[in-house]
Amino acid sequence: MELIKNFLTLLSENEQMIYFVILSIFVGIEVIGGVPTVLHTPLMSGANAIHGVVIVGAIFVMLNTSQDDYISLVLGFFAVLLGTLNVVGGFVVTDRMLEMFKKK
Amino acid sequence: MQHQLLSVIYIIASVLFIIGLKMMGNPKSARKGNLISAAGMCLAIAGTIFLHEGEVSTIVYVLIFLAIVTGTIIGWTTAKRVQMTKIPELVSMFNGMGGACAALISLIEFNHLYTANPAAMEDPVPAAAGTLICIISGLVIGSVSFAGSIIAFFKLNGTLEKPVRLPKYNYINLAILALVVIVSTQLFLSGSVALIYVLLALSLLYGVMFVFPIGGADMPVVISLLNSFTGVAAAFGGFLYGNHVMLTGGILVGSAGTLLTIVMCKAMNRPILQVIFGAFGTHAATASNDAKGNVRDISITDTATLMNYSKKVIIIPGYGLAVAQAQYAIHELQTILEDHGVEVKYAIHPVAGRMPGHMNVLLAEANVDYEKLCEMDDINPEFPTTDVVFVVGANDVVNPAAKTDPSSPIFGMPILEAENARNIIINKRSMNAGYAGIDNLLFYDPKTSMLFGDAKSVITRLVSELKQM
Repeated sequence: MELIKNFLTLLSENEQMIYFVILSIFVGIEVIGGVPTVLHTPLMSGANAIHGVVIVGAIFVMLNTSQDDYISLVLGFFAVLLGTLNVVGGFVVTDRMLEMFKKK
Repeated sequence: MQHQLLSVIYIIASVLFIIGLKMMGNPKSARKGNLISAAGMCLAIAGTIFLHEGEVSTIVYVLIFLAIVTGTIIGWTTAKRVQMTKIPELVSMFNGMGGACAALISLIEFNHLYTANPAAMEDPVPAAAGTLICIISGLVIGSVSFAGSIIAFFKLNGTLEKPVRLPKYNYINLAILALVVIVSTQLFLSGSVALIYVLLALSLLYGVMFVFPIGGADMPVVISLLNSFTGVAAAFGGFLYGNHVMLTGGILVGSAGTLLTIVMCKAMNRPILQVIFGAFGTHAATASNDAKGNVRDISITDTATLMNYSKKVIIIPGYGLAVAQAQYAIHELQTILEDHGVEVKYAIHPVAGRMPGHMNVLLAEANVDYEKLCEMDDINPEFPTTDVVFVVGANDVVNPAAKTDPSSPIFGMPILEAENARNIIINKRSMNAGYAGIDNLLFYDPKTSMLFGDAKSVITRLVSELKQM
């Protein structure tokens, strides 16, 4: 019972967030609905680059880590590095793919 | 002031993501769309670094810049150098990096939470409970995505070619998944530091076991699924910090990726659950072999003559064409046939190549006109009026068993109806089965001729024959 109450509190405290999530889900579906098959691979790759936004979290972690917390700093360093790989690699490879669709 | 400015920047970045993704849905605006998303990303990253409030020691800034610079150099050069045929595994690899990033964030935040307030862990109040849920979810999803993507990478590049299935692998996987849930719950309730490493190990193991038994033909679906997983992991990071740009980006990819996964499954007519739990290719041995007949060979010269005197030729390219790097040669063939007054079109199956649309990218690289590439539903009615269908390195996507043989593992998958054409010429290296590991009835069709050999050298020789005609 206590658990359910806590859960409901959690939901109501985050009401705006939940609306936000639901609407975002629909935006995601709407935005790529009706995309021609030819663009599926670039789209997947582009979407792949966008979820690299997780790097923002990694940077945030680093900024809030004190300089003597070595473990967190090392882990954070790798998080930022991997996130950058995801972002940069993702956008560049997508651009290379799409470059080929330009009008001749 | 800085805080408000950062909020505005995050809003702009989120809008840029949405607009960019929308523009990527149209071939004309796609490239610009990708750049717009990238601009949004740069804004979000720069804002996070430069508009941060509070004391940060220089060493932390140095480390961040070092990580970004290193990541940019490695990511940029890898993405620039990779061959177009290797795109699917590269996307898989980058996806894994994002998943690992999300998992690492969760690990660090867990340690922060624990060291900052050990008492809160004993009896999680709702506020800490929410944080803990986000940390655990981010860790599990991120690790599964990372481990799964790495396995998918090795499967696509050929290191792990055969699907490996332990006996009763479905039950083993379910057991691991159940353990992940149990340990997560236990971690949530007890907040024990040791448990998070157990959870990490279990999630990684699940990621590996999840992708291991899935056959190569289903890998695009898996990558797309893992792509949306990473999106969700990023979104949990957004929850954790109440960071809206991470939420928008993560959820957008989560939902768009899921839709893309469903679209792909539809194109192959395979329910998503069957992809994950079913064993593609295990019935291959039992699939009907009784239809075997004789296959007929054809020479290069005869093929060239046949094509030269045709009115209409449709080319069906498959992954074999990409492996042989024959996309430039096929464009040359198309050009010379058109010079001789033959109408040439390409029929592109939705899952030709290793990912939906992969074949279009490969052909576009070889300067094939976008208008020449026809989608399955548009081209299927044209086969009966086609003189020659030239199948290069494709197999399962033209297998009539998908329509006629209910016992076939690919039964129900929409195919290119090449069997309706007047002549069918199939270029293959050997009589080996395709990716799904099953025999192709089309090879024994009386209208079919086999042109054995490496796609690139065969097509090059065809072109030189045609030049003399």
